[in-house]
Amino acid sequence: MSLTQKGRWISVVALLCLAAVYVRALAFTPLERLQGPAQKIFYLHVPAAIWTEAAMVLVGLAGIFYLFLKDPRLDRFAEASAEVGTVFATIVLTTGPIWGKPIWGTWWTWDARLTSTLLLFFLYVGYLLVRGSVRDAGLRARYAAVLGICGMCLVPFIHMSVYLFRTLHPQPIILKPSAPSLPASMLATWLFSLATFTLLYVGFVTQRYALSLARDSRGGEEGSSGHV
Amino acid sequence: MGELIAQAWIVARKDLVLEFRTRTALISAVVFTALVLTVFNFGRDPTAVPTIDLAPTILWVTFTFAAMLALNRAFQLELENQALEGLLVSPLSRTSLYWGKLIANLVFVAVVEGVGLPLFVLFFDVPVGRVLLPLIGVIALATLGFVAVGTLFSALVIRTRFAELLLVVILLPFLVPPLIGAVQVTARLLGGRPLSESVGYLKLLAAYDIVFVSLASFLFRFTVDE
Repeated sequence: MSLTQKGRWISVVALLCLAAVYVRALAFTPLERLQGPAQKIFYLHVPAAIWTEAAMVLVGLAGIFYLFLKDPRLDRFAEASAEVGTVFATIVLTTGPIWGKPIWGTWWTWDARLTSTLLLFFLYVGYLLVRGSVRDAGLRARYAAVLGICGMCLVPFIHMSVYLFRTLHPQPIILKPSAPSLPASMLATWLFSLATFTLLYVGFVTQRYALSLARDSRGGEEGSSGHV
Repeated sequence: MGELIAQAWIVARKDLVLEFRTRTALISAVVFTALVLTVFNFGRDPTAVPTIDLAPTILWVTFTFAAMLALNRAFQLELENQALEGLLVSPLSRTSLYWGKLIANLVFVAVVEGVGLPLFVLFFDVPVGRVLLPLIGVIALATLGFVAVGTLFSALVIRTRFAELLLVVILLPFLVPPLIGAVQVTARLLGGRPLSESVGYLKLLAAYDIVFVSLASFLFRFTVDE
């Protein structure tokens, strides 16, 4: 089985799981007492947010290793991870306002987490733009690695600077030092969703990686397919 | 270390001599700063918003734009006649080349800010007398962070298409954390609050400078080599 097919199968399984997450979240998980149905979005929003940040960290780590090992596989992975991260960031930035309107009464507020996710989104877009504007494959990989490492180091600063502001955003419910404070059935749905998003990430990255591989092997002319 | 600084100084001096002899870029940047301040005056309703509330915003948006303008020229200069290749084959270490560019950019931006700050005080009648020294300190801290990242990125974009536009797009997200810190500290200073209230943001600015100056010194070699 080729890499593209593997990626496609993983994505299909992940998308089926995603449908199952919807069914479980809507039909078999209790309603939250204060937020009502709006809270259901939490099962999509939080796993997507976790993978948005994780994908950026992986882009940075791939960049570090690329600068030392000069292995094109690392660069292809970074490219794939950044594109999938952009998609996940878009999911977070779309589901957030949908939840925010009924609960906060506003689509958008310059709150700590919203700001940091938006900046992360811009970071991804800038990263992909730099990739798109360099023709030489080696140079592109090196530039992307440098920018990816800087981006990874920027994330904690964005967090610190925006957390010094007051925040409206709900505090972490699951990823916090003490035990998760939600009923077992909600936690189960959420964990299922996190696993689904992990699978989605792996599936999408595999497919995107296979695409870069095909481009590089076909090109030969220094991978100058110049995707903008 | 001594040699590193000596080499960096040679690069910086070359850039600065070039800059002060032609003066075109410097004068353009200074005039640009004055123009942004002028535009700000007409971009607000003076009867609705007191100047003091808007002052930190005006100051920092102006300085951010001016710094980006300055950074664009840092390596553009070296593209003519393959001057960059000349620098790269000379026995300079990559780190000292970065530091040289960093110093030259810092001096350039400092000159622009040195003209911009009095103009800002004059145009908007902001009382800075009591807090002048801490204010200059904050400007210096934030500017170092801006320019450290900007110098690295300006080297990164020169061989790309749409270099000027791309630099702005990748640099602005990096300027947001120091910008937040600088605006908050400036607002507190101008509001007559004690410096101790700004310790959190000052630490953030200092940490940003340390991390990104070191990171950029290390990563610079990967951006210029062919």
